[in-house]
Amino acid sequence: MTATIANPVPGGRKRRAARDGRPGRKLTFDNVSFMVVFLGLPVTVFAVFVLWPFAQAAYFALTNWSGFSPDYDVIGLDNFGDLWSDQLFRRAVRNNVILAVVVPLATIVIALTFATIMTIGGSSHGQLRGIRGSSFYRVVSFFPYVVPAIVIGLIWSKIYDPTSGLLNGTLTKLGLDQFEAFAWLGKQSTARWAVIFVIMWGFVGFYMVLFIAAIKGIPAELYDAARIDGCGRARMTFSVTIPMIRDAVQTAYIYLGIFALDAFVYVQAMTPTGGPENSTLTISQRLFRTAFTEGKFGYASAMGVVLAAVTLLFAGLVFTVSWLTGGRDKRSKA
Amino acid sequence: MRHFRRGGDTVVSSVSHVVLAIWSVVVVAPLLWALLSSFKTTREIFASPFTFPADWNLDNYYSAWIDERFGRYFRNTVVVVGAALVIVMLLGAMCAYVLARFRFPGNRLIYYTMLAGLTFPVFLAIVPLFKLMQGFHLLNTQPGLVVVYVAFALPFTVFFLYPFFKRLPDEVSEAAAVDGASEWRTFFQVMLPMARPGMVAVAIFNFLGLWNQFLLPLSLNTAQDNYVLSQGVNRFASQAGYATDFGAMFAAVMITVVPVLVMYVVFQRQLRGSVQQGTFR
Repeated sequence: MTATIANPVPGGRKRRAARDGRPGRKLTFDNVSFMVVFLGLPVTVFAVFVLWPFAQAAYFALTNWSGFSPDYDVIGLDNFGDLWSDQLFRRAVRNNVILAVVVPLATIVIALTFATIMTIGGSSHGQLRGIRGSSFYRVVSFFPYVVPAIVIGLIWSKIYDPTSGLLNGTLTKLGLDQFEAFAWLGKQSTARWAVIFVIMWGFVGFYMVLFIAAIKGIPAELYDAARIDGCGRARMTFSVTIPMIRDAVQTAYIYLGIFALDAFVYVQAMTPTGGPENSTLTISQRLFRTAFTEGKFGYASAMGVVLAAVTLLFAGLVFTVSWLTGGRDKRSKA
Repeated sequence: MRHFRRGGDTVVSSVSHVVLAIWSVVVVAPLLWALLSSFKTTREIFASPFTFPADWNLDNYYSAWIDERFGRYFRNTVVVVGAALVIVMLLGAMCAYVLARFRFPGNRLIYYTMLAGLTFPVFLAIVPLFKLMQGFHLLNTQPGLVVVYVAFALPFTVFFLYPFFKRLPDEVSEAAAVDGASEWRTFFQVMLPMARPGMVAVAIFNFLGLWNQFLLPLSLNTAQDNYVLSQGVNRFASQAGYATDFGAMFAAVMITVVPVLVMYVVFQRQLRGSVQQGTFR
């Protein structure tokens, strides 16, 4: 790693001469071919395989297309009307909203707690540092992030297995006999929470590492000053850490929310049929089955549009809450 | 006062260690349990979650690799992910470079459109994408899967390489221009090598993301000969219960996990640095 890159120019914001007109920039074959290939190729691929399908989905949502017949009718907003009275779909939306509220909140609280312990949880004297062995915990906690989600789902579905699973085996060993054949994924009261826990298990480590990086970016003087003023660890966390890394928390919240609104892989692996009383059914699962099993592409596209709308609404909500709870002070200063 | 503080430190650090240790166990135990189970027979798996296999052998791995065709899925995954990774890194670097260092009308528009592509749910696109691939005769083919992988990994790649190219000093590209290097040469021989740390980090993330890809192959790659590993695992998940060879299932899980875990352990230093640089700077 060269020094130039490891330490980017301190005044990185300075105006770049190259962009304002490089010397002798004419339309040569070199220039033109360069731009066509360098910009044209990636943008074309992106437009054809990402943007175009998104745009089409919005149109298909207004049709009764089955996906296999060549012709179809434009039926306007009928699909959305049907969705509104579709009990199963409403159930799925409700489940997704619960996931999008609980998963990010719980994951971030845990990840932030761990990150705090590992960065400022050490001795309250001398240099600010985390507790001993932090790097070990960090590497271990990150493991789940590299395990494919479908594998996470499958392993946990076996751990939750009523009779031969690791969880009930452990609980019974601890003397809790009532769990001897407890069906974690088969009972309406526990299935949802079992799924939520698995998603959290997969993400806590990653967001912990993100928060550790963010906390390390806070100038140490702030913590020193807080200490001199007599702040304890809890006070430092709420008065220094959280305000300083609020952008990171906000990003994490949005990303986790988007994952939770999808959640397809996890529920597909653990409760492929929607769980007891459809308590873990998600929009994505409904959509997939409607499109590829029931052959209602138009109706499925309408579900996709609703999912996208819920996602955007969620992101907007996070931004608004963040802005209302103090982000605006920071913005106006920046 | 001082004495009291010290006592507080000890309590805090003990509690912290206990909490983190419990979490570490919760993280590692399932993985180790899956590893252990991958050596047990289906009968042993059902007998008890804790017992060790009576006979340590690779029978399960053999049947997963041959009978359950994970050897083939493994090869498919390596081919598809490898090809997509090379192409997306090249296209992504080119696009990020142009967006970061050239000024032209539409620059911001393209950048923000890509950013939006990063947040939209893939599910919305899946139905039309199916139809589109069918139209191009790319449905159920490996090249088709590669193209889609590239397209959907592109926004992430561009977005995270952008700051790396933005940070490169202008003097270098100016010097190259003065020396008469063409735009092409400046990129491939000067700028791209300088962005190497960023390229490595983004490549690792893309590798993880593509190796773990699930929804795209599941809906666009339904020919069993072309299955990737995650689809093979999914087959186990959806058939679970009916005369499944659970030993082979755990072996298949291990076959899927081990390459990514090895990648992570080998590259975890780069990964850590990049998380910091890419997301918060």
